[in-house]
Amino acid sequence: MSAGILTAPAPVPRYRQPTRRWTEAGLLVAAYAVGAAAYIQVDLAMLGKLATDTVPVLSVIAALLLLVHGAIRLLARWADPILVPAVATLNILGLAMIHRLDLAEIQRANRNGGVAPPPDVYSQLTWTALGIVLFIVVLVAVRDHRTLQRYTYTAMFLGLVLLLLPLAPIVGATVNGATLWVRFGGLSFQPGELAKILLTIFFAGYLTVTRDSLALVRTRVLGVGLPRGRDLGPLFVAWFVSLGVLVFERDLGTSLLFFGLFVALLYVATQRRSWLVLGAVLFITGAVLAYLSFGHVRLRVDVWLHPFADEADTSYQIAQSLYGFASGGMFGSGLGQGYPQLVPYAKSDFIVSAFGEELGLIGLMAMLVLYGVIVERGLRTAIACRDVFGTLLAAGLSISLGLQVFVVVGGVSRLIPLTGLTTPFLAQGGSSLVANWIAIGLLMRISDSARRPDAEAVALEDAPTQVVSL
Amino acid sequence: MIRSVRRLAVVLGVLMFALLANLTYLQYFAAADMRAQPGNSRVLLEEYSRERGPILLGSTAIASSIPTQDQLKYLRQYSAGPLYAPATGFYSVVYGATGIERTENAVLAGSDDRFFVDRVQQLFAGRGVRGGAVRLTLNPAAQRAAYDGLAGRTGAVVAIDPRTGAILAMVSSPSFDPNKLSGHDAGAIRDAYDAYNSDPAKPMLNRPLAMTLPPGSTFKLVTAAAALETGRYQAITVVPGPASLKLPNTSKELNNWSGTACGPGGKTTFEDALAISCNTAFASIGLDVGADALRTQAEKFGFGTSFEVPLRAAASRFPADPDLPQTAMSAIGQFDVSATALQMAMVGAGIGDNGQVMSPYLVAQTLSPELAVLQNAEPTSFAQAMSPANSATLLAMMVGVVDHGTGSNARISGVSVGGKTGTAQTAPGQAPHAWFVGVAPADRPGSAEVAVAVVLQNGGGAAEVSGNKLAAPIAQAVMRAVLGR
Repeated sequence: MSAGILTAPAPVPRYRQPTRRWTEAGLLVAAYAVGAAAYIQVDLAMLGKLATDTVPVLSVIAALLLLVHGAIRLLARWADPILVPAVATLNILGLAMIHRLDLAEIQRANRNGGVAPPPDVYSQLTWTALGIVLFIVVLVAVRDHRTLQRYTYTAMFLGLVLLLLPLAPIVGATVNGATLWVRFGGLSFQPGELAKILLTIFFAGYLTVTRDSLALVRTRVLGVGLPRGRDLGPLFVAWFVSLGVLVFERDLGTSLLFFGLFVALLYVATQRRSWLVLGAVLFITGAVLAYLSFGHVRLRVDVWLHPFADEADTSYQIAQSLYGFASGGMFGSGLGQGYPQLVPYAKSDFIVSAFGEELGLIGLMAMLVLYGVIVERGLRTAIACRDVFGTLLAAGLSISLGLQVFVVVGGVSRLIPLTGLTTPFLAQGGSSLVANWIAIGLLMRISDSARRPDAEAVALEDAPTQVVSL
Repeated sequence: MIRSVRRLAVVLGVLMFALLANLTYLQYFAAADMRAQPGNSRVLLEEYSRERGPILLGSTAIASSIPTQDQLKYLRQYSAGPLYAPATGFYSVVYGATGIERTENAVLAGSDDRFFVDRVQQLFAGRGVRGGAVRLTLNPAAQRAAYDGLAGRTGAVVAIDPRTGAILAMVSSPSFDPNKLSGHDAGAIRDAYDAYNSDPAKPMLNRPLAMTLPPGSTFKLVTAAAALETGRYQAITVVPGPASLKLPNTSKELNNWSGTACGPGGKTTFEDALAISCNTAFASIGLDVGADALRTQAEKFGFGTSFEVPLRAAASRFPADPDLPQTAMSAIGQFDVSATALQMAMVGAGIGDNGQVMSPYLVAQTLSPELAVLQNAEPTSFAQAMSPANSATLLAMMVGVVDHGTGSNARISGVSVGGKTGTAQTAPGQAPHAWFVGVAPADRPGSAEVAVAVVLQNGGGAAEVSGNKLAAPIAQAVMRAVLGR
């Protein structure tokens, strides 16, 4: 790599490249068809007819898709045509499942003569709209992703503040044992979701500058080249910060994601496998320390190992989730025909289990493949990107999405211990939805520049000079 | 950097593969284990969300599911609960299922593999899975006659079609109401169950299949069959019939109920001995043919076998290694001989069907949700218990019992009825069990359309006549119901 970094990435063969916007339009129609069919099926299965608000909700969704597609045509016409349709499919399916669980709550209230809680699908739809607006804002505000590199340390500072904000007095809030929330008046927000993007920007900017020195090999131990001692500093900082998140905010998922992302980007930037080895060693050490020192971590692990041991109490959630998956089997019960409402937090943390039950193994596999497609298109964007910062940023955003899906789905299906992360685009929760749409906006921006033919490309010389260094 | 991004893509691919593999394990391979977990309430909810198929007699449903408004979407109802309870069993949220509800659950719940095509069709039609139907062999008139006959007493009735083994009546008294155990109110179900369970009359005991009692003199049919099969006995063979018989190797004596000899000079004929139920005659015949021949004969009628009709019936018993006095007592259905009502009906049925004993069954047909026949019962022979000639002789002797012997109360005008009374002694101070085994029509071999066994637990008076007085009228009513007379 020592030679490679001095030259610009190899030029891509130039020919008349299609924008593929009509591909995207077609896929968006397909995404809408799948999502709307799911939404309608929920109504038909549970009510026997359309709910009164279904047509308005589906109209709003159609309008939002038109809006996002129009904005892409205007603002990022060379961008990847598959990312947004894949995201839209998941987003609409999420709305359909939340609607389905709303209906279950209403039916339950009717049975027991109680008052049904207000439907959550409206707020989720509002957050979807906000997410799409912010997606467009990203495309408008960030005309060239390289400008973001200027804000490397601003992003770090803001990211850390957001990450630690839930610990602040007054605004911070603890929900279900995890201190992830910030409350202003009636609004609550999980700042960790936005922090994830800001820290990805920071990692990308920081590693763009420092990757040469981090790639230096000082000593070799057992055939693995180790970095210089002073270059280990940032890794340890990241390790301590993620341990801090785990200890003080009790957020296993964010901690894991944050550290995993940093190590992965270190590897991408330096190509040194020693960073992966070091990262793994630190991760295992941290995990063992956390297990030995903290009751809540131990409990998570115990529940993971013995999900049916304390079914009435600590392992109730995971046991119910597993029953849901098993009950769905190969083909699922069909939307609206299972019992996903038996799983606590079915709309948010356990929404994947709800899909597993009602769409079955086949439906859930299709949805996971959609995530795979999103991550793959993101990594492809990273590879196609012609600048280091863009590559690292696109890779970082994609990897964090992929890791998050793994941690969440693995958690609810008992592959790994349960953590508190949300399922991107599916789960109820505004912060996650908005943050992920912003991340897709950034990926689309990088993709637009990567796929744009030379004639239209912003000249590399115009790129802002890197002014910040260690 | 491209290479490392590609490698990370591979790593993420591996993670994805792990997720998919784990989900495949969870949703396919481990699904059955998860369903078996006691904390899994989905299984029950799913079962109750389906329209469970009916249990039919002819085209009338004696158990059916009706839609409700609560979380368990269907309620199981039994149109004549206690009457058919020994057959249907109950279907309870709290206590699971019993009877046909349990043994035929796969069909009734719609989970039977034969419904696969049906389920796919229902999937595309957008309807929920429905269960299939089960049609029983019971004859409503016979069932009702037996139930009414037993009213207020403790006992059991089983009627069988001798030609097929189909069970025409299966009644237990006192009975229970399965509706009370099959509701949706767990508290009420528990209360009803506890009440039934603590009732000393044991209403939930399935007497026709599960209660084994000494068959008393009705077992003389088996002893007679064994004697005929030796070839040394005919209806008119003269046999000893003294007023009392000294049991070998003991100082005890076996007496006739009447206290008198069974014929002039302490002798009688084989057929008269059966007609008047002569204890001393059959004890000596039993000693003559021996315990092994008696046991072999009993086993050919079904003793020692636990039949599944498909409800499991208790095995009736002939003692394993009786000494001579015990053999003499066993030959008249005392000592350790015990039989279910089902077993004694099978003895009657075998004699009525040219000596061939058919395996008893309760399920005539299983049907799809659209009531297309999935499977018809196939009558199978259990054993040829005796030769047709000997069985014809014994059947004629049974007609003698009813026509001019102890079984006069079983007579039906215009129909030739064969029968045998029984009054089995129990513990001292307790009333004996009154039995009657009947078969009709019995005018010629192989013409029988019904065989019936009635037992009244501790129901009889002190004399041999109680089988005729108490049990025979019930048997007669059941046979008349089957024959339509």
